[in-house]
Amino acid sequence: MLTRLANPARFMRISAVALPWCAWASCAVIAVGLYLALIAAPPDYQQGEAVRIMYVHVPAAWMALNIYLFVAVASAVALVWRHPLAEIAARSAAPIGAAFTFVCLASGSLWGRPMWGTWWVWDARLTSVLVLFFLYLGYIALVNGFDDPGRGGRVGSILALVGVVNLPIIKFSVDWWNTLHQPASVLRFGKPTIALSMLVPLLVMALGFMLLFAALLLVRMRTELNERKIRALRLNSAASVRPKRRSEHGVPARPAVLR
Amino acid sequence: MILAAFLALFRRDLRLALRQGGDTGLVIAFFVLTVVLFPFGVGPEPEVLARSAPGILWVAALLAALLSLDRLFLPDYEDGSLDLIALSSLPLELATLAKCAAHWVSTGVPLALISPALALILDLDPRAIATLLASLLIGTPALSLIGGVAAALTLGARRQGVLLSLLVLPLYVPPLIFGAGAVEAAALGMPPRVDLLLLGALTLAALPLCPWAAAAALRQALG
Repeated sequence: MLTRLANPARFMRISAVALPWCAWASCAVIAVGLYLALIAAPPDYQQGEAVRIMYVHVPAAWMALNIYLFVAVASAVALVWRHPLAEIAARSAAPIGAAFTFVCLASGSLWGRPMWGTWWVWDARLTSVLVLFFLYLGYIALVNGFDDPGRGGRVGSILALVGVVNLPIIKFSVDWWNTLHQPASVLRFGKPTIALSMLVPLLVMALGFMLLFAALLLVRMRTELNERKIRALRLNSAASVRPKRRSEHGVPARPAVLR
Repeated sequence: MILAAFLALFRRDLRLALRQGGDTGLVIAFFVLTVVLFPFGVGPEPEVLARSAPGILWVAALLAALLSLDRLFLPDYEDGSLDLIALSSLPLELATLAKCAAHWVSTGVPLALISPALALILDLDPRAIATLLASLLIGTPALSLIGGVAAALTLGARRQGVLLSLLVLPLYVPPLIFGAGAVEAAALGMPPRVDLLLLGALTLAALPLCPWAAAAALRQALG
């Protein structure tokens, strides 16, 4: 499966078929999920209607973590087997993951305002998600920080693996720091075993977000492959046009890329 | 043979850091200035300063250590010495370890040694000063090692300095938490042992892992 997809041309063919299916399926599932979450699900007996933020917040948090794991696994595959598409998958997934992390933080902040009475608390979980967001930003900046895109991808793979080793350490130390520093005043909802009427919309939304991720990932990977193709074509034409012109007129011509 | 090469590289880097342009002096000056700026920001009340002193000192030390990281590999990369080091009999992992060790001796150790004086300025509880010194001596090797990975990753990038800080600061969260935690515990009269042990664990974990990752990144840079 992995080696079959390693051929970019074959990947373009298969993804062209898969993309509309993923896109429409994610639209449909998210629409159903939003209906279930915003209209069908009961309000919480304690939190009232504000609990509906959960149906966006929690799946976004799951996606934030899972996409980071996806980036790390794809990076490992790229480093170990030199799989040509794994590197593209990793660098295409990272901005989507960062967006989900941002959605998680923003919706959490909006949820925290009515529930905790504040936009932000230095709670262990919030802080580790914030650090995860910075890890994403660092990865994206590093991957795009080189003139040679291949170099950025390879170096980014190493960073993703360093980050995935660090993630549990950061999580652990933030938990430790939090128990030391924080006054035990923040409202934590004990440990509610979630009711089925709330669990179903949550899982539907999570499935919808996963399909959305798949669709966006395919779009980004296809764009990246097309960009590479254009770059290669330009370099080729620049290399083939320039010497000929120079010999005809005796003056250096403009490189073909600029025309 | 390998040990001799390791020590030769370590001594060379140390000598360069101490004799060339005063990297160490700059780092210490930055550390002192950052700490001195804080009272202007938070006000001169001794209680406030003493309460936040562990955090201020550790954050300032961390930023000062960050300041010199881009010099870790860049000069050698630009003048070609890095290629020679990579071709020598010394494995690249050990070469990065030697460079990180030299970075630590030329920045981490001076930072730790000057920190008691700054603790006095900030009115830190005198009981905590020994812990501050110990926590910086234990924790700064981790800063140099993690920084070494980031420096190797960003080698040859556009705007290396900004990129470096973006990569390194999230990874510096655990040492900061345990380092400042140890000092704070000592200032409150509690035993700082657990935090110091965890800080030591971070350094010991970074010791084999970071040179390995940094060497992998350097190989990418050298092509």
